[in-house]
Amino acid sequence: MLRLVGGRALLALPLLFIVSILSFVLASFAPGSIAASILGTGATPDQIARVEQQLGTNRPVLSQYGDWLAHAVRGDLGSSLFNGESVTALLASRMSITLSLAIAALLFAVVLGIALGAFSAIRGGIAARITDGLSVLLMSVPNFWFATILLAILAVQLGLFSVSGYVPFGVSPRDWVASLFLPVIALMVGSMASLALNTRSEMLTVLKADFVKSLRANGIPVGRILFVHTLRNAAAPLLPVVGLLFVGLLGGTVLMEQIFGMGGLGALAVTATTQHDLPVIQGIVVFYTLAVIVVFLVLDVLVSYVNPKVRAS
Amino acid sequence: MILLRRLLRQPLAIACLAVITLVVLACVFASLVAPYDPYAQDLANILSGPSGTHWLGTDALGRDVLSRILYGGRVTLFGTLQAVVTYVVIGVSIGLIAGTIGGIVDSILMRVADVIQSIPALITLLVVLAVFGRSETAAMVSFGIFASAGLMRVVRGVSMIARTEPYVAAGTVAGLGPFQILWRHIRPAVIGPVLTQVSLFAGIAMLVEASLGFLNLGVLPPAASWGNLVSDAQLAINRQQWLLVPTGGIVALMCLCLTLLGIALRDTYSSKSTAGGKSLSSWRSFAATMRRVPATPAAAAPALVSEYSQTAGREILLEVQDLSVAVGDLTLVDGVSFDVGRGETIGIVGESGCGKSMTVSGLLRVPPPGATISAARLTLGGEDLLGLSEQQMHKVRGKRIAYISQEPISSLDPLHVAGRQVAEAVRAHRGVSRSEARRIALELLASVRLPDPEAVYTKYPHEMSGGMAQRVAIARALAGEPELLIADEPTTALDVSVQAGVLDLLVDLRDQRGMSLILVTHDWGVLADVCDRAIVMYAGQIVEDAPTADLIAAPRHPYSAALLESIPAKVAPGVLLPMIGGTVPAPADWPSSCRFAGRCRFATDDCTHAPIPLTPTVTGVSRCVHVDRLEEKEAADAVTTA
Repeated sequence: MLRLVGGRALLALPLLFIVSILSFVLASFAPGSIAASILGTGATPDQIARVEQQLGTNRPVLSQYGDWLAHAVRGDLGSSLFNGESVTALLASRMSITLSLAIAALLFAVVLGIALGAFSAIRGGIAARITDGLSVLLMSVPNFWFATILLAILAVQLGLFSVSGYVPFGVSPRDWVASLFLPVIALMVGSMASLALNTRSEMLTVLKADFVKSLRANGIPVGRILFVHTLRNAAAPLLPVVGLLFVGLLGGTVLMEQIFGMGGLGALAVTATTQHDLPVIQGIVVFYTLAVIVVFLVLDVLVSYVNPKVRAS
Repeated sequence: MILLRRLLRQPLAIACLAVITLVVLACVFASLVAPYDPYAQDLANILSGPSGTHWLGTDALGRDVLSRILYGGRVTLFGTLQAVVTYVVIGVSIGLIAGTIGGIVDSILMRVADVIQSIPALITLLVVLAVFGRSETAAMVSFGIFASAGLMRVVRGVSMIARTEPYVAAGTVAGLGPFQILWRHIRPAVIGPVLTQVSLFAGIAMLVEASLGFLNLGVLPPAASWGNLVSDAQLAINRQQWLLVPTGGIVALMCLCLTLLGIALRDTYSSKSTAGGKSLSSWRSFAATMRRVPATPAAAAPALVSEYSQTAGREILLEVQDLSVAVGDLTLVDGVSFDVGRGETIGIVGESGCGKSMTVSGLLRVPPPGATISAARLTLGGEDLLGLSEQQMHKVRGKRIAYISQEPISSLDPLHVAGRQVAEAVRAHRGVSRSEARRIALELLASVRLPDPEAVYTKYPHEMSGGMAQRVAIARALAGEPELLIADEPTTALDVSVQAGVLDLLVDLRDQRGMSLILVTHDWGVLADVCDRAIVMYAGQIVEDAPTADLIAAPRHPYSAALLESIPAKVAPGVLLPMIGGTVPAPADWPSSCRFAGRCRFATDDCTHAPIPLTPTVTGVSRCVHVDRLEEKEAADAVTTA
């Protein structure tokens, strides 16, 4: 197991490298000068040159990247072009909000999605058709719209939840849950729905397998056929899907933070985008890639736990 | 085009296409259709709900929402289009390259796809927007590029499969150029999946475009897009909540239609590849419909069989009368009657497609989904099985009747070690503790003559040989100490060298445990060695049932005779091996009269008029009006050989 984790972690390093260099190179294609956008219109070429000198943005891209990388490996992701704040500190102070959202949404989506999909695959009939129909509907609803509707009904009209803001776990676990509840629900329904449909179709594929007939013909208890055999076999192809869902959820936090007024990384990303604050965006990209790598790693371990063939190789 | 025609047979798909077309047209021709200018302010009607003058109400500046949705749609739909075009062009071309060239190019491209797919799309877009300064085109094109990794995977997979199809390989050998292969063979295979993906992706791209608009990263106000209309509605949430309904609703509606269309497309092409048979819709659809039918006069015949066999003083374990299995409108097993005595072995023979396996599936009540099983009588040790509920029947399976299948390795769950699968059955049927179940499982593994039970216990199915796996499957079947073991071609998939071993094992186990055995086979050698009685099936019916020795020595049905004549071992060297001309007809084409008549050398007009009943012969029963002619021929053969 340790070897697997180590191997996958090594494989992940190039990914981080590629992603960071990619965003750097992309930035170098940006039309116009960053310094000019900071200084605004009316800046003289002299002023621009001076700011470029200060920021080091007048040097070749690769040397800039090398510089960034040398600092990044030591945990220093540079500082914001606008207010000079350390990017690492910015990320550290805001990541708990984003990660709480994304991870809670992932857990809910996985548990509820698999439960709904399994229900539909086992039960069949009208109940299953309703479940499937609802899933397709929920997949199509824009999550930012759904979030706003929840806000309109539950918070504004019924006053059940606070309209916005994030309460850290350390301050009050109860309020932490209450502040996360609506955004997590709004964020996860689409993923839940798509996982439900996937689970259903994977389970039906497994149910057609030869061994299921043999298990039935030899009187193995139905609960074991369904949950120990069928669901476990279905899990192998589902786990990669879960990884992709997490990627989507992480992107979705940007919207949820905006709607529910939570100052996480997503909100930071939006601000940085409107301000062309590339070091901050670069830091966020690296952080998100890291989060995705960790989740993929966990899923890899789970896949190898589920599938003996993977474990052997 | 077949795809399109099939698609247009689904009302839901037509409805979705209609909605999409209508909305797209309305937006494109917004300047003609929209009731107001999208920027015109009606300050007397601010934040009004739907009314006669403003069908979908007005926003905080008194602008007509319907008009803004129509004009805003241009922005959103155009952005979606940009992403979709990029997605298709890149995804299809790279996918084809990876799928048709393969090798190192393929593995590099797949790695790149891995990397791309692990970056959150929305974040990518933020980077692009930061870099290119709010260029929506840049954002949507990049989104198309990034998302195309998914399409590339699909295209690669399909074209890889298509490329290795025997007929495509044959085309290569026959000298078709790569472009001809691409056009003739790979294009048709790829088009269905691509259209499906495009439809689903268009929905996603629309959501992304709307998300950008909602974050106010797209077009700048006062210009409208579907996303920033929702954003406007959100700002007015405390004053007028109606505004949320049409603005987000249009995005949801369009996405829903695109998603449903994608699903309909997928169903269309996947149903094309898995034609025929009823598909499995849920676990519950496994449950067969059970029906008790009155015994027909024809069912009197097996009583005669029993009579002849009862003279040997045998105790009947399983009695089957008029068993039929139908799937959909097709009757696959048609009125089969026989019985099995305790400790007896009966063999069921016939070509593929004669209903042998379906007969035993019917007995065990594990037929394909959507089946109807009917019988006049179905008893085990005197207990009526027909009246049992599915739950009660499930307790009979494994405990009293066990089953082993043709494909040993795939009959085991690939994700569990062999021992656990045996122990699981032990626990299910004997209700013992975990450790006790393990001990019994090891005993069972030893009893099926696996040399090192401890080692086999921890092996996964993919680590075993076919013979080994079949022994494990037998051990699992023995866990409930069944009175009857049904083996569906237990040696067919095995190497010739291990077939005899497995067969000997089955015979010894039968003798040690006093089990009865039903052996489905098409191997006369197996039948002659092991079976007390042979049942010959043809096109869903029993055509002959007699003691094995008698049947082999003197078949009383032309089909049995023909099968026996085509055994290589029985034919003298140098003589051409006789074969039965033609094939078993498909169930839909089974005539009500003699089903073998079309292939039978004895066939006369009598054979094709009316159903032929089973009638007693000297040795058993036969479904033939020409039994006497077979007997004469046999007598004549006997004279000539003498």
